[in-house]
Amino acid sequence: MLTIRAFDTEAGDRFADGEIPGFVHLYIGEEAVGVGTCAALEDDDYIASTHRGHGHCIAKGLDPKYMMAELYGRAEGYCNGKGGSMHIADVDAGMLGANGIVGAGPPMATGAALSIDYQDRDQVAVGFLGDGAVAQGQVHEAINLAATWDLPAIFVVENNHYGEGTPVEKQHNVDNLSDTAQAHDIPGLTVDGMDITAVAEAVGEARARARAGDGPTLVEAETYRYRGHYEGDEEPYRDDDEIERWQDRDAIDSFKRRLIDRGELTAEEFDDLEREVEAEIEAAVEFAQNADPPAPHEAYDDMFAETPPEIERFATAARTTTDGGERIEESRSSSEPRSDGGRSGGERR
Amino acid sequence: MAAESENLTLVQAVRDGLHSEMERDDDVVVMGEDVGKNGGVFRATEGLYDEFGAERVVDTPLAESGIVGTAVGMAAYGLRPVPEMQFLGFIYPAFDQIVSHAARLRTRSRGRYTCPMVIRAPYGGGIRAPEHHSESSEAMFVHQPGLKVVVPSTPYDTKGLLASAIRSPDPVVFLEPKLIYRAFREEVPDEPYEVPLGEAAVRREGSDISVFTWGAMTRPTLEAAENLAGEVDVEVVDLRTLSPLDEETIVESFKKTGRAAVVHEAPKTGGLGAEIAATIQEEALLYQEAPVERITGFDTPFPLYALEDYYLPEPARIEDGIRDTMEF
Ligand SMILES: Cc1ncc(C[n+]2csc(CCOP(=O)(O)OP(=O)(O)O)c2C)c(N)n1
Ligand SMILES: [Mg+2]
Repeated sequence: MLTIRAFDTEAGDRFADGEIPGFVHLYIGEEAVGVGTCAALEDDDYIASTHRGHGHCIAKGLDPKYMMAELYGRAEGYCNGKGGSMHIADVDAGMLGANGIVGAGPPMATGAALSIDYQDRDQVAVGFLGDGAVAQGQVHEAINLAATWDLPAIFVVENNHYGEGTPVEKQHNVDNLSDTAQAHDIPGLTVDGMDITAVAEAVGEARARARAGDGPTLVEAETYRYRGHYEGDEEPYRDDDEIERWQDRDAIDSFKRRLIDRGELTAEEFDDLEREVEAEIEAAVEFAQNADPPAPHEAYDDMFAETPPEIERFATAARTTTDGGERIEESRSSSEPRSDGGRSGGERR
Repeated sequence: MAAESENLTLVQAVRDGLHSEMERDDDVVVMGEDVGKNGGVFRATEGLYDEFGAERVVDTPLAESGIVGTAVGMAAYGLRPVPEMQFLGFIYPAFDQIVSHAARLRTRSRGRYTCPMVIRAPYGGGIRAPEHHSESSEAMFVHQPGLKVVVPSTPYDTKGLLASAIRSPDPVVFLEPKLIYRAFREEVPDEPYEVPLGEAAVRREGSDISVFTWGAMTRPTLEAAENLAGEVDVEVVDLRTLSPLDEETIVESFKKTGRAAVVHEAPKTGGLGAEIAATIQEEALLYQEAPVERITGFDTPFPLYALEDYYLPEPARIEDGIRDTMEF
């Protein structure tokens, strides 16, 4: 949780500085949901994430260094610097990807669960989604499929009470989003998403159920994002009092207090941890700042298993390009016909 | 007395256009994610909720398919819904409702049902965000019979084209170049007015080559044309409506110059450039002195940041393309 908070705090600052491009959606305040969920999973379980995915990535064991490089759009990032904040994916960690499309994660989780089932592996797949995403048709299609086929899937709804600026009660008719599980006749429960152990327990039970062949569970975790929907959001839809009320129940603070009360952690140890984490994130930023952006021709990498000739021609043309308006006249292969596709598309000679 | 015109940005002209049409016609209903109280992600609907109320400026749940599908039903029974997609890249959940239903309701019912709706969506790159937040998939909609596709490039046109789109008896996909939402201002009359659909605008007259473009690419194309002044006399045609294409203006311009280039942000393959090239060959083959050059985005998903500047046509690349065509 500390790593996520430090990472996202830094990401917010660096975005404000103009170092990080695009859009960033921060997970600050919601850490207990991602960490509680992943704590109940095995390392080789799968997750499909959302547009607010940094927390899921870190909780699933991704390295903040390569994450930060991705946010910076650098070639050493998880997606070669071509995806950014909203598209981080890592097959080694079983992380199917953050997702720019709201509601797109759950169907992939259902499919991942089907592959587990098909190949008789001892795993589960988790689809994260927000309260807003619960309104998307494909989310219900995914839950219905998983329920009908008793797949080892878990749907974790992060109810942070807003979809962008629209409050949850304006988006849904049910009192609790977990009620939607009833439509699919699967267990649905609502837990305190500011309490990491409550989340971990619920997901742990869901995992056991999934592994026993009893199908999916929907876990709704009630939580709150402290920052705007995206960095730069003016937040006309809520007031400071509301934010403070949730901050009073901060997941990190309360867990820390509980551990100290139980004698499992001292205040000094906590401070050490915090310092360690900050150093790690600082190093990640430095790594990202010093990493190179991808070269133009790399835009064409990984389009297909085998690069089709048309794309190869585009890429060749892009390789002869340099930045800053200065053109390198690199001889193009003489076999290339004059009027081929490489003349336009990606080409800057 | 109120001013007769105001100096507006393109996104303000969207808002102004919506406002005028809502005032003119009670059946116009704006709907979408966060369009009401919050005034839209790009503030294109700012203040409309306060003025027209929650019934006419509807905050919807996050469900594009539901939003457009609902709009189809509304349109079928007398309303003129104007649903907003927050970004064009989020329209795909609604694709089925658009292509299978909105576009076909009229022909399917032999003209007894109509579908007068305008789906607004900001499109295009240059804002340092990847994939869904930057893409230009206009060709997918142009390919669909039964839809009109409109892309303004100036504040004045925005208000006028939006009025025509809303008054149109058929569904329109109205693509807003978000890169230039706030790039410059232009005098926009307070009074409602129409800029007719299906008519291109010649933005710069020239005799050597016709360059066809639209939306956010109009400005870099004009810049390239200025940079080449003295060397090549470039005509720049802003298509404004991509479906139906203004074939007459395209062909007329081409017959004058005999050479053409198309500039678009979308990937090259299957892009609208191909359609324009084909139109030229069908209608003016004997005038043609060079292949039609396509200056476009890459055949890849829209990349982040570092590669964006390569992906998007910019004046230097456009100038190169024009020179290539001139030298053929
Ligand atoms: C299909 C689609 N529609 C709209 C958007 C724009 N958008 C991004 S996040 C968001 C709100 C999501 O709300 P929720 O699911 O509650 O997640 P939260 O942001 O609260 O974590 C919206 C509307 C999108 N990314 N994808
Ligand atoms: Mg939410």
